[in-house]
Formats: sequence, C-alpha cells, structure tokens
Amino acid sequence: MDDRKKNRFKTSRRFFLGQAVTAAGTAIAAPKLLDSLSPTSTDQANAAMLSSQSEVGKVPITLKVNGQTRALTLEPRVTLLDALRETLGLTGSKKGCDHGQCGSCTVLVNGDRIYSCLTLAIMQEGNEITTIEGLAKGDTLHPVQTAFIENDGFQCGYCTPGQICASVALLDELKRGCASAITPNLSQTPKLSTVSSAEIRERLSGNLCRCSAYNGIVSAVQQSAGQSPPSPIATIVTSEELA
Amino acid sequence: MKSFTYQRAQSIQEATQKLMQARTEVIAGGTNLLDRMKVFLDEPDQLIDISRLSFNQIQPTSQGGLRIGALVRNTQLADDATVRQNYPLLSRAILSGASQQIRNVATIGGNILQRTRCPYYYDTGFACNKRKPGSGCPAATGLNRMNAILGASDQCVAVHPSDMCVALAALDAIVEIEGAKGKRQIPFTDLHRLPGNQPQFDTVLQPGELITAVILPPMSAAKSGVYLKLRDRSSYAFALVSVAAIVEISQNKIKTARLALGGVAHKPWRATAAEQFLIGKSVDDDTLQQAATLALQGAKPLAYNGFKVEMTKRAIRRAIGISANGGGLA
Ligand SMILES: Cc1cc2nc3c(=O)[nH]c(=O)nc-3n(C[C@H](O)[C@H](O)[C@H](O)COP(=O)(O)OP(=O)(O)OC[C@H]3O[C@@H](n4cnc5c(N)ncnc54)[C@H](O)[C@@H]3O)c2cc1C
Ligand code: FES
Ligand code: FES
Repeated sequence: MDDRKKNRFKTSRRFFLGQAVTAAGTAIAAPKLLDSLSPTSTDQANAAMLSSQSEVGKVPITLKVNGQTRALTLEPRVTLLDALRETLGLTGSKKGCDHGQCGSCTVLVNGDRIYSCLTLAIMQEGNEITTIEGLAKGDTLHPVQTAFIENDGFQCGYCTPGQICASVALLDELKRGCASAITPNLSQTPKLSTVSSAEIRERLSGNLCRCSAYNGIVSAVQQSAGQSPPSPIATIVTSEELA
Repeated sequence: MKSFTYQRAQSIQEATQKLMQARTEVIAGGTNLLDRMKVFLDEPDQLIDISRLSFNQIQPTSQGGLRIGALVRNTQLADDATVRQNYPLLSRAILSGASQQIRNVATIGGNILQRTRCPYYYDTGFACNKRKPGSGCPAATGLNRMNAILGASDQCVAVHPSDMCVALAALDAIVEIEGAKGKRQIPFTDLHRLPGNQPQFDTVLQPGELITAVILPPMSAAKSGVYLKLRDRSSYAFALVSVAAIVEISQNKIKTARLALGGVAHKPWRATAAEQFLIGKSVDDDTLQQAATLALQGAKPLAYNGFKVEMTKRAIRRAIGISANGGGLA
C-alpha cells in the first residue's frame, strides 16, 4: 500500500472514531461510514495505525517548555495540548473539551495565556511555553498556587491547572493595564488593589469549573492581587449551639 | 483531524499563490480553523501558516485614521491606546467576544473570516447547504433559536458570529485584500454577503485572496460609540443579538447616526433606513421606538427566535440612548 492510501485508511478510521465520540449526529453519520468500510479495509486501517505509528507525515518540532528545549517528532496535526500530555508527559494541563470552550488546557506562551487545545504544537516553535508544572520554584509553590490552596479554589481539581495559569496571566494583564469588557472607563483600567470581584469573574470567564468552586477561585485571585478575600472557612453552627 | 502538511509562509505572495492550489487553507490564530478541522468541517491537505508574516501592526493613516494589519491579535487591537480612546466601541466589541485566551491568539483577519456557529453546520451528521450545497437546511425548520431574522434565504438561516465585525461595520471600515492577481480595497460592509442561493460563500473573497488589513477612517463621533451585546450568560457566549451604535448630537438633534446589528443575519447588518430616519431628530422615546421599528422592518423570525425581534429593538433603543449621552459601558 502506498503512503497516501495508508493515510486515507487511517483518516477514515479516525473520522469514524471522531464521529462516534462526539455527541449529536453520531447515529446518523456512523452507519453511512460503516457501509463504506469493508471489514478488510478496517483491518488494514488498524494495521496502518499500529505499524510503528507509521512515520508518515511526522516532522521534527522543537519546543521550549518550562525553560527546557525539547526536540520532538510529531505530525503537524498534533495540538500543543496533546504534545504536552502525550509526548512530553506533562499531564498537568487538562483536556476538558478540546474545543476552546472550557479553559482546562490553559498554558502561558511568552507570558500570555492561551488554550493549548486550539493551537498546533508546530505553530509554537520558538515560543516560551509555561505549563502548571513550570510555575513552582522547586518545592516553593507559586504564590497563586498557594492562594488557591488557602482559599479553597477547587474541589475535584480538574480545572485547577488551567484556572491557576489563567490567574497568573490575569494578574499580569492588570499590571499592564489591559481592559476587560466591563471595565467602566477604558482610559482608566483597574489596579490590582481595587479590581472588583465582578471584573475578576469577567476576566476569568474563559475557565469553567464543573464543581463550581468559583467563590474560592475569586478569593484566590483577590489574595494574589494583595486584597483581603472573605474567609474561606464556613461558620458551622451545631444544633447544640442553636438550641 | 485529518493529516496535512504544514508550511510557514515566507511572504504574502507565497501564501496567496499556495492558496490557489487544491485543498489548501491558511491558518492564522487557528482558534476557528482548528476547531472546524477537529470535527471534519475542513479537511485541508496543505496548511499554510501566515501567522508569522509581518502585517501585524497598527499604524496611523495620513487621513487621521488607523490601519490595522490582518495579523494583529484581537487583544492587541482591543488594548491599543488609540483604539480605546478614539474607537472605544471596537475595544468593547472585541473584549465581549470569546475569552482572553482566545483573543490573545485570534487575529483580526481570522475573526472577520470565522465561520457560522449554526449547530447544523457544525454537525456533519446533518445536511447543511453551507457545508454541502444542495443538501438542505435543517436549521430552517429545526432548533433555530440562534439563527437569522434578517436577510436569510430558504437555503440558509445562519448568522455571522463575530462581535468585532459589528463594530467594524458601524465604523465604515475598509478592507484591504491581496490575491495572486493584485490588491484591492472594498468597504467592510461589502465583504460579507447574504446567503441567497450560494450559502457556501460567506464573503466576496475570490480563491487565493487574503485579507491584509482593515482601515478605520477618522471619525470623531466614534468616541461616543457603544457596543451592546445580549447573550444567554453574561460572559464567554456568542451574541443572541448585539448592537453597535454611534450617534453624534449637535444642538440637541442627531447630526449623524450609525447603527449595525449582530446575531441577526448572515453578515454584520447595517440598519441604514433607521440611520436615515434618526438624522435631525431629537433623542426621545418616540424617536428611538420608530428607529428600532425601522431597523427590524422585514424581519422574518423562525419558529424559535421570534424573541430576537423585540430584543433587538430594545437593544437598539438602549445603545442609541447611551451613545447620545456620550457613550461608555452599555
Ligand atoms: C469557545 C469559543 C467562543 C467564542 N466566542 C466568540 C464570541 O463571543 N464572539 C466572537 O466574535 N468570536 C468568538 N469566537 C470566535 C473567535 O473570535 C475566532 O475563533 C477567532 O477570531 C478566529 O481568529 P483566528 O486568527 O484564530 O482564525 P483562524 O482560525 O486562523 O482562521 C479563521 C478562518 O479565516 C481564514 N483566515 C485567517 N486569516 C486570514 C487572512 N488574513 N486572509 C484570509 N483568510 C484568513 C482561515 O483560513 C480560516 O478559514 C469564539 C471561539 C471559541 C472557540
Ligand atoms: S480543553 Fe482546551 S479549552 Fe477545553
Ligand atoms: S474543581 Fe472540579 S472542575 Fe473545577
């Protein structure tokens, strides 16, 4: 089989898998594809995929991640998120939606926050990439990490690496005077010391938290900004005390 | 995502020439194209990365306006000091779209050429005339809450999803285009098209043509311009409807008016009849009511989006009212 054919089979199978795991329309798309895939071609597709992950189309890619230069060989279609997680073993960045809708894959590129699921690894050559693994200095946590712990900024923790990376960038954006959609006066952007919780929520709206730990997350940002957040400790009143 | 080869364009000429080849697409920020490729809406064999080309600057024009390179990032434009001061509605429109993470990567050209979010277009399990001409439009009779109320055709009821474009339409922007055959400039409002019987084409760009810049004319009235976006949640959601309004008041009467609508049509929608009506009027409830009615004349709501008609009218009244009072946060 020539390479092009091999590729096409591989694509067909991926297409099928891709369809099978996306929510709506699966039932409609899948049978059509099944018809066109004879058992033999499915087997061949499997073989093509397994044969040493066929080197077809792979290219050398150099990434700078958390201060280290890493030489990789990847297909151009590999996203930065997949390269970090699957190839570099940096599984701190999470895949929530893979479509730019949840923020759990947030990393910093040259200091700016981006979604690593919506960029190709190859497009990030030459840039300084910082993941959640790169924020702490040895055993000393980044202040924003500490603030998340101290303010109960999470429950299950799945969105947390993205929330923390986004918060680090958010604080830097405030220092640089960046505006948000709800900044009242565009020529007078909020300061760290006075930024409102509404502004923090707007600026962090690109990070969803399925556990809804938003209050703690906002407190963590407030603490990191030098403000005094409300105490995270809920007042528990026992029935004896009530009586 | 299907496999493809990847190349970084070294020049705009190289990019436009490569783009003439079959199954070739350009990628800028990639936040829309990769999203589409992941669900097989686009399956290029060849991807040309234009993001490192040099048209990434915001420069003053000799007329007193701004020339914005197509590769300027959304964040860079929204936070530009001149834009914030002279065209605040453009900053606000950009900042109301997507999230900081996306805006940091998204380019001006990519934002303009992002494709519709109609759920039937996005799901290859359904027919869609935009995706596959002639296959049908299930949105017309389906779940069409987010779809068009103005300028749609029986073949397509999709809306253009961009916020930034609504502000650009109101600002009388010009688009600079470069293709293998040379350069041209067209009014921004002529770039996107209505679906008619060719919904597969979002714009009048010819094969191989790229957007190189957007030019903003000087417009002193734009300082009081307003962008109002209404959506299902207060942030990180596409518009149900949006309004960009710029009115200039002189001696208590409206001297000039510019009004563009988002979330209602296949293109950013300039409400010219309402603009004409407003000129010379004083800003009172009656004037605003009549202007809003004129702007929505000819609206054809679908089964689930009738609410958009009244919602757009109210948004228009509010946006014009705020602009007439000097502008600011809507
Ligand atoms: C979760 C989510 C929420 C979003 N919410 C909003 C929102 O509320 N409001 C809003 O306005 N947008 C929203 N967006 C869309 C976002 O604004 C676009 O994805 C972004 O602007 C696209 O820019 P890009 O540079 O990444 O484009 P790309 O993905 O690189 O390109 C988009 C298209 O334009 C073409 N292209 C790019 N540059 C050029 C050029 N110079 N000349 C010719 N063709 C070109 C590409 O080939 C491609 O077809 C959202 C996106 C996501 C993922
Ligand atoms: S995984 Fe990237 S935004 Fe959800
Ligand atoms: S802590 Fe569970 S998703 Fe945010």
